[in-house]
Amino acid sequence: MLDYMLPRYKVLRDADACVQCGVCERSCSNEVHRVDGELGRVVADHARCVNCQRCVVMCPTQALAIANWPQVGNGSNNWTLDYLQDIAKQAQTGAVLLASMGNPQPYPVYWDHLLLNASQVTNPSIDPLREPMETRVFLGGRPDALKVNERERAVLTDMPPQIKLDVPLMFSAMSFGSISLNAQKALAMAARELGTYFNTGEGGLHRDLEAYADHAIVQVASGRFGVDPHYLNAGAAVEIKIGQGAKPGIGGHLPGEKIDGEVSRTRMIPQGTDAISPAPHHDIYSIEDLRQLVFSLKEATRYAKPVAVKIAAVHNVAAIASGMVRAGADIVVLDGFRGGTGAAPKRIRDNVGIPVELALAAVDQRLRDEGIRSTVSLVAAGSIRSSADVVRAIALGADAVYCASAPLVALGCHQCQDCSSGKCNWGIATQRPELTKRLNPEIAAERVVNLVRGWNHEIQEMMGGMGINAVDSLRGNRLMLRGVGLNEKELEILGVKYAGE
Amino acid sequence: MGGRDALREGAVRIPSGCAIAGIMDRSGQRHDGSAILKSIALMHDRSNGLGGGFAAYGIYPEYKDLYAFHIMYESKEARTQTEAYLDTYFMSEKQERIPTENVRSIKNPPDIWRYFLVPHPVRLNMSELDEAEYTMQHVFHINGHIPGAFVASSGKDMGAFKGVGYPEDIGEFYRIGDYKAWAWTAHGRFPTNTPGWWGGAHPFTLLNWSIVHNGEISSYDANRRYVEQFGYECELQTDTEVITYLFDLLSRRHGFSQEMAAHIMTANAWDEIDRMDPERARFETALRIAYSSALVNGPFSVILGSDEGLLALNDRLKLRALMAAEKGSMVYLASEQAAIEIVCPDAENVRAIDGGVPFVVQLDEVARRKSTASAENVFAKDKPHPHEVGVLPNRRKGA
Repeated sequence: MLDYMLPRYKVLRDADACVQCGVCERSCSNEVHRVDGELGRVVADHARCVNCQRCVVMCPTQALAIANWPQVGNGSNNWTLDYLQDIAKQAQTGAVLLASMGNPQPYPVYWDHLLLNASQVTNPSIDPLREPMETRVFLGGRPDALKVNERERAVLTDMPPQIKLDVPLMFSAMSFGSISLNAQKALAMAARELGTYFNTGEGGLHRDLEAYADHAIVQVASGRFGVDPHYLNAGAAVEIKIGQGAKPGIGGHLPGEKIDGEVSRTRMIPQGTDAISPAPHHDIYSIEDLRQLVFSLKEATRYAKPVAVKIAAVHNVAAIASGMVRAGADIVVLDGFRGGTGAAPKRIRDNVGIPVELALAAVDQRLRDEGIRSTVSLVAAGSIRSSADVVRAIALGADAVYCASAPLVALGCHQCQDCSSGKCNWGIATQRPELTKRLNPEIAAERVVNLVRGWNHEIQEMMGGMGINAVDSLRGNRLMLRGVGLNEKELEILGVKYAGE
Repeated sequence: MGGRDALREGAVRIPSGCAIAGIMDRSGQRHDGSAILKSIALMHDRSNGLGGGFAAYGIYPEYKDLYAFHIMYESKEARTQTEAYLDTYFMSEKQERIPTENVRSIKNPPDIWRYFLVPHPVRLNMSELDEAEYTMQHVFHINGHIPGAFVASSGKDMGAFKGVGYPEDIGEFYRIGDYKAWAWTAHGRFPTNTPGWWGGAHPFTLLNWSIVHNGEISSYDANRRYVEQFGYECELQTDTEVITYLFDLLSRRHGFSQEMAAHIMTANAWDEIDRMDPERARFETALRIAYSSALVNGPFSVILGSDEGLLALNDRLKLRALMAAEKGSMVYLASEQAAIEIVCPDAENVRAIDGGVPFVVQLDEVARRKSTASAENVFAKDKPHPHEVGVLPNRRKGA
């Protein structure tokens, strides 16, 4: 059958600069480049290029750039070239379209419509270089009131378990299998250095990461891969994953070819078998079932670890989150529809779920209306791109955020959205030894630490500008936000005033 | 006055600067309002004529067991409606117009009345609330739902006298020299806008609490959204209001001492906590975690008045001025030292109040009682309602 698919990208090679050294050929696991001895030049198979930009970065003479394939569509805004190509692919294969990373469609990014405040005259801004500027956050359940002995300065209430974050962000769940051990190790090392946490995802805890377990949040998802009492008790907290922002309502599928010896041992499944996470947890068909799982995990960890429940942001998210709190969740995690993934059906990724900004605002307000917001922690996830997004999320009502895409970009990810191929040239979303060895965990960890330290400095500067010296006072402080380019309903849901009001 | 109506307090959030002062006799002896008037008048330039007021404790000894409501009315209808409401939910021992003096600079004052009330016993019993909570809910109702009526104060044996004008003129208007109190606080306001509404002037009060405050707290919305969970309605959008509700939540409902409530609102920095011994660090950490949203941030100095005495508090970074001094059983507090020295030239122990360290002035009798009382806090919801005792059948033991 003739393949109607067009290349997506075109490799531009500056013939004057190219010295035919072959670095690009050796860099590319997609076999785009080939040094052709007979022709005396380097040729490219454009159709194989995914625009990961590894060759562009590696080329010693800066001879390479990647451009869009110049083919135009027919000018229709309806039958765009993308849709035509998707149809061509499905006509060829009869398969579900696969995609990776977050929803790239041009839906509104509400972060970009929220502006931050700063002090002028009536109160002073605070200089983080001169004054303490606290970014420490604790996550866990809370009593709604404390009983103490004031004279002895002793707490009489049993405090529920907490995890301590020195920066208000954590690394969201990415399993060993979906990413390489080196990538996971880099995040684990960075988490320890920064005083925060990485998340094992549904892939178990590799024995090499046991040393970092006190900075791990261990995930329990519908496939229960890698879960045993040792695993649950090794981590700092346990997270039940109900859903993921990139693919709400969908389970996961790690194909057998990616289940090598190490992945098999860590996930506790036979080598070479498909690892299929069902769409629902088959022991949770209703909210009261969630309560049983939450308390099973609390029992298994002797009530010493906070239990988080993560859901994808969907239409009825406020009521669902309220139910989760009543079911005993200590931490509620909301994952918006722009959150990344190693692999998801494209139509799901691009069309299901809602923006995390709206979900977060609605959940925070609902929990307050119910009078239970202060008894629980709220974490927002799903495309936090900068320190300003962290500040906005906290001002909308989050205790902390989860980021995954940003630290992956720090490791080298260029968001080419081809994770599912398993041929990641940056050694991140792959298990091939020749590729994973490209990622040096120590150097990679340093890059992530640099990124987060930079963000934290920026968070402190923005908080200081607002006249706030503890992140506690930013949480839910929506007066620090103003909307631009939003309609009345959006402002109402976000609970913010318009700029100039 | 022509032109558009200015936006009122509550319709818009208006930052203000201020002067504050407090004078108290720890022995409980009562003094007239001339000294506090002189003290706040000295700080004339810290106000701009758009708000001033006083709170006084111990002024109604003959009615000390009754709630004294000071209510401002902008219309006859407001008074009719409010009095009908009060008649439904309270029993009034006495009601009268508060005597005032004509003062040239005070324009368009509202009609100001006071009522000495006890909650209606049957309705109180049916409400399943304690007396304070019951009274508070009705104050919220009047302020939020009866147009043109505003409860300026609602405590026992205390009252607030406030309005639009310089504080010294407001004091003269209310004839505060004719009242005797064991504690006085005063406020002169410098709002950036001109709401010109008497209800929006300070002190802000609720039950026995009164607060005078100078500053603009940057944690306002975090604090507001925290207390609103528990039934407090932040109608006025002012810092003073939300700070009062935090004190009420922590001290009256959760049972902490005022000092501990103030400590929670200006908690130790984490780097201080990290240096404490583990047991103390555990205590401070638990407070910060459980009451994270009660942390007050940004510049403020406040003087809290209550039936126990005065409490002065500065923000953690000490971004606002507040001085204290003593002389015998007298304690003086003011934004400026000169405002203390003008009423007590030979004051002793003159000092600035430290950032984040509550400065507590208690009546001697209260201090004596507290020194032997239990140091464990009791939640208001766990205390038996005194009005229920003897009314309901007793619970059977072991039932």
